[in-house]
Amino acid sequence: MRREIPLLITGIVGVVFIVSYFIPHWPFSQMNNWFSDWFSIIQACAIFLGALNLLMVSSQKIARKAEGWGYAAVIIATFIMMVGIGFSGGVGFREAAGFDWLYRFMYIPLSATMFAILGFFVASASYRAFRARNVEASLLLVAAFLVMLGRVPVGDMVTSFMPDGSQMSDLASWIMNFPQKAGQRAIMIGIALGLVSTSLRIILGIERSHLGGGD
Amino acid sequence: MKTRTIEMIVLALLVISSVWAYVGKINGWHHGFVFSSSVSLVIMILLALSLVWILIRTLQDKLVGRRIVFLYIGVALSLPLFMSIDQPIKVSDEVRGVYQGLVDLQPGSKVLISFDYDPASAPELQPMAEAILGECIERDLDMIVLGLWPMGPQQATMALDSVMSRMGLTEQDVVYGEDFVNLGYQAGGEFVIQRMGSSFESMFKSDFRGTPYQDLPIIKNVKNFSNIDYSVNLSAGFPGTVEWVQVGVDRFGIKLGAGNTAVQAPTVYPYMGTLEKPGQLVGLMGGMSGAAEIEKLTNLKGKATLFMLSQSFAHVIVIAFIIIGNVAYFRGGRKSKLKGE
Amino acid sequence: MEHLTFWGHFGVWVAAFLTLGIYSFLYRDNPWYKFTEAVFIGISAGYWVVVLFFDNFYGKFWVGRGEEPMLWIGAILGLMMLMRLVPKIGWIARWPLAFIVGATSGLWMMNYLTSNAMSQVQSTIMPLFGEGFGASFGEIIGNLIIIVGTFTGLIYFFFSKEHKGAFGATARVGIWGLMITFGAMFGYTVMSRMSLLIGRVDFIFRDWLGLIQ
Repeated sequence: MRREIPLLITGIVGVVFIVSYFIPHWPFSQMNNWFSDWFSIIQACAIFLGALNLLMVSSQKIARKAEGWGYAAVIIATFIMMVGIGFSGGVGFREAAGFDWLYRFMYIPLSATMFAILGFFVASASYRAFRARNVEASLLLVAAFLVMLGRVPVGDMVTSFMPDGSQMSDLASWIMNFPQKAGQRAIMIGIALGLVSTSLRIILGIERSHLGGGD
Repeated sequence: MKTRTIEMIVLALLVISSVWAYVGKINGWHHGFVFSSSVSLVIMILLALSLVWILIRTLQDKLVGRRIVFLYIGVALSLPLFMSIDQPIKVSDEVRGVYQGLVDLQPGSKVLISFDYDPASAPELQPMAEAILGECIERDLDMIVLGLWPMGPQQATMALDSVMSRMGLTEQDVVYGEDFVNLGYQAGGEFVIQRMGSSFESMFKSDFRGTPYQDLPIIKNVKNFSNIDYSVNLSAGFPGTVEWVQVGVDRFGIKLGAGNTAVQAPTVYPYMGTLEKPGQLVGLMGGMSGAAEIEKLTNLKGKATLFMLSQSFAHVIVIAFIIIGNVAYFRGGRKSKLKGE
Repeated sequence: MEHLTFWGHFGVWVAAFLTLGIYSFLYRDNPWYKFTEAVFIGISAGYWVVVLFFDNFYGKFWVGRGEEPMLWIGAILGLMMLMRLVPKIGWIARWPLAFIVGATSGLWMMNYLTSNAMSQVQSTIMPLFGEGFGASFGEIIGNLIIIVGTFTGLIYFFFSKEHKGAFGATARVGIWGLMITFGAMFGYTVMSRMSLLIGRVDFIFRDWLGLIQ
């Protein structure tokens, strides 16, 4: 029962979404709407689950006084601070002074810097590891150079002697719109076909790994 | 112990100089600095010479340390911010397509803008958002904003505040609920778009302030996508442009222009059309350069235009680093640590 | 002179402290970085909880209460998902999980088949010389590259047959096209990463220290 019902749910829901594509009328349209609403709610709960899980794991770490438990305490403290100030702001919490302050002066710098730091590693890796070892790597490198130069004004400044329409930015646009697009399209079609077959396997119950082990 | 002391001294110096600069800023002791063109030229020459030094070191089979590369990048990106060198920005057809979508609209048309990103991608997407919102205000278009990413609606509010202050507008000029509405965030990604295809109100019962859907004049007559004249999606990943194309465009026939982070932009190029065949997207703004182009078209020059010089420097430096690594590699470093593995 | 409230000044310093804390990782892993990382995790999770509560649950179950009773089935499935935290009845979370997987499979299957496979094939079938032979030389070459590049790229992804002979040669052309694509993607990735970095540098020197005019 613990495996059969989930398999049945997966199959029915999947089939409804497929059929409603071809027959967008009652009852399939109605079921499509319900299922979309439920999906939104379940996904929200799944994210909630993630947050609760984080709290549990952090609490256990503190209780066990495991290595780095102090940072786990920071996680819990900042979580409580954000939730507390957020809820005190009520439904229009985004415009409440406290929440807005936390967002502007804590969330934004942390989130932006965490991703911005990758720029340093990209530059370092370019210097240490990016080598034109063979034809393929050389093609990759030349395309990268042309696109990098063509997408910033300095590229056109370097090729300003060329007629308009043949400058670096035009070349970069041409690469993006033709050879790049062709490669992306091949990848896109390939992924799509793979995804269709995997989806079918899941809906038909052949692929069951998402249900995990046990009975 | 010695390293620790040096670290502490450097840290203390940093704190002292930061406090000095900050106190100077708030007391008006300085109003920031800008390099003259001759100083800028000298700096550029110095940066080029330092690259030559890195090349020589690398040719001697002495790879420059990771931390020095980091420091170099940090300095090389910061200095152009102090320079005032105008750079010509050429507008690509892809960005012009997004803009044309707005130009084609009559005043009072409804534009749906989906903010599917968070602050991590804001340097690229926020300037696009401000330019698009600014153009909507300029053309008297109704702006309906939502987010498939939880931080999206807050970024929308910030973008609107910023562009209104830049245009010298007040809340009386852009009336909330009549000219602009922020529907907030809904979990579910492509399922949210799917549901909006039959009813916006079923997915968004209220706006981000909790005002019921029917109490908002701008949207009370908007049932689904058939009441939307143009859509713009600003996306940093999943859910984003791919989902808007798959569901919004291909199922419900919306007219969509997109703004993407540069990481994502190449992957959505297949959705662009050609001269003969319209594609699934009418236009695409990719990364900071796309943002600078839309700023130029909308005449709302902002951060993207300002950052293009630094961006140029960054690209040239990365290219220089790759060339240095390869020159050394081909000069006999294949057997050495320059193999790059 | 800048006129900020106490919280404005304090906020800018907090932002700078957190920004530099993350950058300190470039020097080496250290407690300052770990602290900022923990703060990031905590406030991110907190942000999600607040947003989900007000935007999703409050809107659906309070503002729109009574309008759509079927939403409560979604709520029950959502609660079943939360049961994963209770070891004894954790298995019940498989039901909503099965729903998520089924719905995603069904919707994605049709979306990807139509938008990412069929539409792309359709877009690749195009007039090589443009409408009324109006295409420029660059466009004609480009159109040819799109057709050949897409076809050979797909051949490369066909792994059921050994890449030898004419098939292998076609696949080789395909990989060249893919390499140009990856090169362009690398170029764009550099652009993206550098943009984010410039954004933070601008914060430090303009918004915080006010050194940029």
